[in-house]
Amino acid sequence: MATKLRILVPVKRVIDYAVKPRVNKAQTGVETNVKHSMNPFDELSIEEAVRMREAKKPVEDILAFSAGPAKSQDILRTAMAMGADRGILVQEDNVELEPLGVAKLLKKVVEQEDRNLVILGKQSIDDDANQTGQMLAGLLNWPQATQASKVDIADDGAVTVTREVDGGVETLKAKLPMIITTDLRLNEPRYASLPNIMKAKKKPLDKKTLKDYGMDGEKRLKTIKVTEPPARQGGGKVEDVDGMISKLKELGAL
Amino acid sequence: MVAPIRNGVLRRAATCLRQQRSTPTIRPMSREALRRLASTLAILEQREGKLNLSSLASVSAAQKLGGSVHGFVAGSNIKSVADEASKVEGLEKVIYVENGAYDKGLPENFAPLLVENIRKGGYTHVLAGHSAFGKNLMPRVAALLDVQQISDITDIEGEDTFVRPIYAGNAILTVQSQDQVKVVTVRGTAFAAGAVEGGSGAVEEGTDPKAECPTEWVSEDLAKSDRPDLATAEKVVSGGRGLKSKEEFDKLMPPLADALGAAIGASRAAVDSGFADNSLQVGQTGKNVAPQLYLCAGISGAIQHLAGMKDSKVIAAINKDPDAPIFQVADVGLVGDLFEKVPELTEKLKSS
Repeated sequence: MATKLRILVPVKRVIDYAVKPRVNKAQTGVETNVKHSMNPFDELSIEEAVRMREAKKPVEDILAFSAGPAKSQDILRTAMAMGADRGILVQEDNVELEPLGVAKLLKKVVEQEDRNLVILGKQSIDDDANQTGQMLAGLLNWPQATQASKVDIADDGAVTVTREVDGGVETLKAKLPMIITTDLRLNEPRYASLPNIMKAKKKPLDKKTLKDYGMDGEKRLKTIKVTEPPARQGGGKVEDVDGMISKLKELGAL
Repeated sequence: MVAPIRNGVLRRAATCLRQQRSTPTIRPMSREALRRLASTLAILEQREGKLNLSSLASVSAAQKLGGSVHGFVAGSNIKSVADEASKVEGLEKVIYVENGAYDKGLPENFAPLLVENIRKGGYTHVLAGHSAFGKNLMPRVAALLDVQQISDITDIEGEDTFVRPIYAGNAILTVQSQDQVKVVTVRGTAFAAGAVEGGSGAVEEGTDPKAECPTEWVSEDLAKSDRPDLATAEKVVSGGRGLKSKEEFDKLMPPLADALGAAIGASRAAVDSGFADNSLQVGQTGKNVAPQLYLCAGISGAIQHLAGMKDSKVIAAINKDPDAPIFQVADVGLVGDLFEKVPELTEKLKSS
């Protein structure tokens, strides 16, 4: 009998990728009163899970999960409109979890919800840490395939993953249960249609808190400050190719 | 256990150092105290018996921390790699583990291997490059050690204080770690690799826990190229959507790269459209480069692309749109049709 896939897809609400973040005056973070969206890599995770079901893989259910402020439920609704079956939100308005904390939380979700496949984005575009999936794999002692550009799951639960590495790709094979993180090359996420957005409103969304999982918001890293990167001054334009070459020579680049 | 005591001392030294920032006369002494106390394990990469030189950035970063610096390598026929690494300046000792199971750097067994050797050595810091290998492996190590890793650092301010870009390089974060062991990945372009000659480190065998690896490495497909490695090249020429097709990309970019002795990069748009291989992508989700010269054509300059190249010494851009954001960061901008300008530039560079 084919191994049933019980998929967990963690998603994060982040500042929209097209918004240029601005550092706040107090130098404690960036201005957050801007457009937010689902982390682009997490859209790929949902898409991949939904495609597995569409490819007639034995998907039992797809659980979308997020931890963050109340507004994170918008992101979960989006995930459900794309095809996730249900959602869990750990609502914490004033706690910022670090990747290690998220990984610990996800471990508990994996255990409680009896998951055997977790698909995460390779990094969130706000903290750019690229850690959570690997940490979760370590805590669960499961195999991991990061930066996946192709995933194939056989009936017997063997998973073949092609991953993006420096200089090319490599292919790995492991067995479920497993952790996969997505690279941009994996797929092209779909847009949620209006009927699906309406349907998603009726899908179950459980609200929980860190306490429900026996956790607190302990942090290991202390933000000392957040600053603007040194501004680069555009050096102006040249008229022609000769101008370009002489300017490059002048700057010592040639 | 010796580690906690040692760490307490280290922390006091660091606190002392911080408090004395304003009195530079005392600072060198505190620095000295720190140097004696920090001990760093720098994870080195190897490939088929060859030391990966770009992974030596972790050694340079470790030297900035002060204290003793040990290197770590594992794989088959590793002794020669260890010997090679022992000549790297700044490495006091190289720890090697001879076992073919580690050749492909699979984190399922490499992480327990590192944890064992980190504990045995009582290191205060563990550093690796923020490469595909380091990104894949180090968070797993950090989780096993119950440590919050600090990724892709670009500077070190103290034994527990690190600087790293966030939001695609649009903000710079300074963080202080409260963890006993600092697990850190290092941006290669921010720490120049030191000399590979002149050092005389000891070579010592490490412990091998021989953890089982549930993952099987099947195959790889690496882009072959005689050009300099993109991540470490002195010069990079990069093409974007403006090149319109793979044919044009292949016609225009390689000759320009050859004329300059440069590596070839590409924007995400060019990669997504199939003009260039994925591994050439420069940007937030691709490679970070900081060459002496970054010359790009047909790239508008989206923030995700700028994230990967704006630390270049000199940026030159050719684009037909005078309002393209790339011109706001370019030191030298040329507004024009790249199909004319790039060949002309290639010819003139060749003849000059």
